[in-house]
Amino acid sequence: MIELIGLTKRYGSFTAVNGVDLTVPRGELFGFLGPNGAGKTTTMRMIAGILRPTAGTVRIAGIDLATDPVGAKSVLGFIPDRPFIYEKLTGAEFLRFVAGLFGQDGPSVERRSRELLAVFDLEDWRDELVESYSHGMRQKLIIASAFVHRPDVIVVDEPMVGLDPRAARTLKDLFREYTHRGHTIMMSTHTLEVAETMCDRIAIMHGGRIRACGTMDELRADAVAGAEGLETIFLRLTGDRAVRELLGVLDA
Amino acid sequence: MSTSGEVLDALDGSAPASPPRVATPLFAQVRLLLSPKWLTFRARVRRGERGHRARSVALLLLGAAFWAGIFVLIDKLLAYFKGVPEIGPLLAGKVLGTLLVGFFSILMLSNVVSALSSFFLARDLDLAAAAPADWLAVYTAKLVETAIASSWMVGLMAVPILAAYGVVFGGGPLFPLIALAAIIPYFILPAVLGSALTLLLVNVFPARRTRDILSVIAIFAAAGVVLMIRLMRPERLARPEGFRSLVEFVAVLKAPASPWLPSEWSQHAIMSWLQGPVDPLPFYLLWSTAAAAVALGAALHYRLYPLGFSKAQESSRTIASAGGLSAIARAVLGRLSVRRRELVLKELRVFFRDTTQWSQLILLAVLLVVYVFNIKFLPITDTSVGVLLRNLIPFVNLLVAGFVLASIAARFIFPGVSLEGRTFWLLRASPLDVGDLLWAKYWVGTLPLLVLALLIVSVTDALLHVDAFILGVSVTTILLMTLALAAMALCFGTIFPQFETENAAQIPTSFGGLVFMMSAVVVIGAVVFFEARPVYNYLSARMYALAGTAPQRPRPSGSVADMVIGFGLAGTVCVAATVIPLKLAFRRLALIERA
Repeated sequence: MIELIGLTKRYGSFTAVNGVDLTVPRGELFGFLGPNGAGKTTTMRMIAGILRPTAGTVRIAGIDLATDPVGAKSVLGFIPDRPFIYEKLTGAEFLRFVAGLFGQDGPSVERRSRELLAVFDLEDWRDELVESYSHGMRQKLIIASAFVHRPDVIVVDEPMVGLDPRAARTLKDLFREYTHRGHTIMMSTHTLEVAETMCDRIAIMHGGRIRACGTMDELRADAVAGAEGLETIFLRLTGDRAVRELLGVLDA
Repeated sequence: MSTSGEVLDALDGSAPASPPRVATPLFAQVRLLLSPKWLTFRARVRRGERGHRARSVALLLLGAAFWAGIFVLIDKLLAYFKGVPEIGPLLAGKVLGTLLVGFFSILMLSNVVSALSSFFLARDLDLAAAAPADWLAVYTAKLVETAIASSWMVGLMAVPILAAYGVVFGGGPLFPLIALAAIIPYFILPAVLGSALTLLLVNVFPARRTRDILSVIAIFAAAGVVLMIRLMRPERLARPEGFRSLVEFVAVLKAPASPWLPSEWSQHAIMSWLQGPVDPLPFYLLWSTAAAAVALGAALHYRLYPLGFSKAQESSRTIASAGGLSAIARAVLGRLSVRRRELVLKELRVFFRDTTQWSQLILLAVLLVVYVFNIKFLPITDTSVGVLLRNLIPFVNLLVAGFVLASIAARFIFPGVSLEGRTFWLLRASPLDVGDLLWAKYWVGTLPLLVLALLIVSVTDALLHVDAFILGVSVTTILLMTLALAAMALCFGTIFPQFETENAAQIPTSFGGLVFMMSAVVVIGAVVFFEARPVYNYLSARMYALAGTAPQRPRPSGSVADMVIGFGLAGTVCVAATVIPLKLAFRRLALIERA
């Protein structure tokens, strides 16, 4: 469903994403890990069509994003890491607007909006302006908006940030159920436990490149990590320099 | 690899204890609290110098030209006044007093609005509130920030004006210091008063509601001032023959207009230095009042700020009830595609729910009234020259109307793309055609502008009883010009977006806004220039016909050709200024990336 071929993004002399090749098949929940500045968000935003790649190809459901952006985006839902939305729209109006952007309206959109707002405990807030929502409520509204047009593929950047435990649990269940129904989710996260327990496959990105990719068992085998958890594999692949630096600062 | 135990050991054991806290002097604390603003400003200037040298040079040149223009204008006016015995110096003082009163009202309004941002809504406030900073240091730093943010523009305007007074009346080398001594407390007072008023309001209303209330108050106040000045017909005061005697006129000029206003003290301080004898009383009044105001403002801040700041952090639930409006809009927009309809609805909702945006419509209404008022009171007779003037004025007025429309387009259409700012990800990630977005932005902004333009032209033409030809020319021209100005505003707003701005009202005053206004003036000028010849031919023929005389020169044989060429060129300019900017905006919008 998602295919990346030689995906590259450069900002001047700095290469944020360097020749990423990746395929995420239908029905898979794929996790994207990496330290801050690894290039995860840039990759996600290129897949969503927000950033233009310097080189390489993005295909969504077999549609080339560069040659048919409208076709590729119509099967995609994107959830950004920062919940910036129109402050002067209500929750219900925002969902209707997003459905409209995907060319959908009518009673089915109204019904889905109500259901999604109920799933995320936002029913009581449906007619309130977004400006009075908390950070977590905005995040929940954006997540709801990514589902309102029933996309085949969802790309989600740091989904758990700002969510309370109940909403986080709801989201995990929703993601699992969604992939069981044959849809595809690509998710970046810093929460290793989430990636370890939820994802079918995981890629670890560092310095703009994919350092490792596979199931948990495959990652353990690659990292010669025995029965160790994802945290140990992650630190081994991305370096534990940060922890040593922290000690150095405290000792100084 | 280090363990969390090692990290904790380092915290508890080997790392030295934090040094004991030493009380920092007030001034150092104020400087520290203001340093992020200063450093941000410096970084912006340096970045601007590196990246956009041509832009900085253009801005500097424009600023210098503006200063020079004001200086020359005031200098000529004062030189003329100086030549008039008895009344001249009094008039010069009166003009300065009027300017300072006007500036004072602007300063009061902008300080109230700025104080709300700097004391209650700024992003750095959490940090300052959580830090062990002295309350007086926070008050002083925020007061300085408010004063600078609201006064810099008035300060820049005042420089050439005061310089002209100093030059014409021979202020001498000490005059800049005297002017500073008279002006600094004049700036401090509205800052303290504005901050205090905002503090009181925030303690009554939630901060976000206060912002809405203040926007409406500010707009109503500005509209009221404009209307009041216009309805007083100040041009009559420039005609002393309207007074019963010269003594009465001089008495009016000598009397202080508002003895309790600091602007009057500043004016008196400056004029007493320039014309003698030097009076220390206004300086004393200015500085002692400013000092007392700061002390009282600080006491009020100490009592009320903690509660007000806490209230400002609370968000109120704002229910939007637009069901009826939505249903009507949906019915009206029913024939549009789903995407375009939702985009138009979104634009309308965002506009009418943002008090800072819709309240500007009040100012527009006032502008319209003043415009029509000016036309209504034009002293035009029914002679043949009067008829010529009646028909010439609507044509010349196209320049003024065009400029007014360009200013409105700068305020409402130019910021359209910038206002998408942080939500741009949503439009980019959706299967939205860039053309649909531009279409919605263009027509939502252009239709009201068209209504306003046609209203201005048709009402003024009706008041002047112009003939059908001139009515047709002015209506068609303003129609085409409006379409062009709206397209240009959208185009320049897309080419020079201000995505990171916190204040939408500042977007039109950016570099892109300036470039748009300059380009708009060129297009308006070109259209009127091309139409001037055919309109002149027509009007001169009409005037001779009315006077019952044959023209001294024969009517040019190519007058039909003149009309075709003139109106054709004007039309071409309008069409080109509509199509090319829209195409450029389309291309640019497709390339915009927001990381």
